Amino acid sequence: MCTVPGMSIGHTLLGLLESGPRHGYDLKRAFDEKFGHDRPLHYGQVYSTMSRLLKNGLVEVEGVEPGEGPERKRYAITEAGITDVRRWLATPEKPEPYLQSTLYTKVVLALLTNRNAAEILDTQRSEHLRMMRILTDRKRKGDLADQLICDHALFHLEADLRWLELTAARLDKLAAEVAR
Amino acid sequence: MMPAGSLLAATDLRKAYGPTTALDGAEFSIHPGEVVAVMGPSGSGKSTLLHCLAGIVTPDSGSILYNDREMADMTDAERSALRRSEFGFVFQFGQLVPELTCVENVALPLRLNGISRKEAERAALSWMQRLEVDDLKGKRPGEVSGGQGQRVAVARALVTNPRVLFADEPTGALDSLNGERVMELFTEAARSTNAAVVLVTHEARVAAYSDREIVVRDGRSRDMERIV
Repeated sequence: MCTVPGMSIGHTLLGLLESGPRHGYDLKRAFDEKFGHDRPLHYGQVYSTMSRLLKNGLVEVEGVEPGEGPERKRYAITEAGITDVRRWLATPEKPEPYLQSTLYTKVVLALLTNRNAAEILDTQRSEHLRMMRILTDRKRKGDLADQLICDHALFHLEADLRWLELTAARLDKLAAEVAR
Repeated sequence: MMPAGSLLAATDLRKAYGPTTALDGAEFSIHPGEVVAVMGPSGSGKSTLLHCLAGIVTPDSGSILYNDREMADMTDAERSALRRSEFGFVFQFGQLVPELTCVENVALPLRLNGISRKEAERAALSWMQRLEVDDLKGKRPGEVSGGQGQRVAVARALVTNPRVLFADEPTGALDSLNGERVMELFTEAARSTNAAVVLVTHEARVAAYSDREIVVRDGRSRDMERIV
């Protein structure tokens, strides 16, 4: 579970550079430790991101250590980079409207084809709870950062489950509407 | 069919209150050390199921076996003894006795079983420590927060070392942080004593502390483990 979507890896690496210059390897390690969770960054992603930031003037190479190779470069954030991080943090994320739901599609299709929609909802419900158990267990054993990221996932899964419950309660009505 | 090794199992339970059917062929089973969530919408029959399993309500028909004994064959006195010494209860609102201090509340089930005050309060305090409320021992329920009161109630439910714990919406009156702490401590304590927990809840986040769940709808139960 990587908590940083692809679009903002650059901003996250930039933000990590604000506390001081680092090598590419250090950056990857800091990123994985704080945000990578089950899905660490690939080295390739780090270096391609850093060369983009370099090209855009958001970072600069502070020094190259002997040993050659791109991984020996030490990157530092520039003033433009700091401004970019500040702007990114201050911009609210676009709330996800959640209007495209595979589950909704499955339920309607099941009703249209005279299949058991309640069974689909029940099976999904069980899968959701299974994941919630895994996250609850992980939360119990983890530190505060782990608890927060698991909570984020748990609240979303809980919202799905409430939708599953509500839909199960409205299946007859939905079936009548779909048949019209 | 009662699953092998069950501590408590019910088959084909039926119960009606006048014209209203509360249970319509419900099934249930639990093993020692297991936490089973009973979920379902309001009015689905989940609380009636819990009350039947705990011997508080007598079903119209069906079988409930506790430790291989048919509950319907027990006398009232036997069922009461069972509830007092082998079963523990936690409800939505702690239901502590307001005139007693917290430690006296926790010690109460032991006192009712004839155990000396000193001995009962010693055991009570050790459970209060595990539930992290031992510092409240001299306070009355009215002087503690909802979350603290519920932890005191959990300690009271555990003090007799019950084999089955029945919890009906145990976090229903708490905010999510307090509710989670109660669930953490509660399930941890129950697992450490190998007690079985029947947990009635409509909250998925609470049910996530269980090992498996059954869903009750229109008085019928469904074991979710058997569908996937």
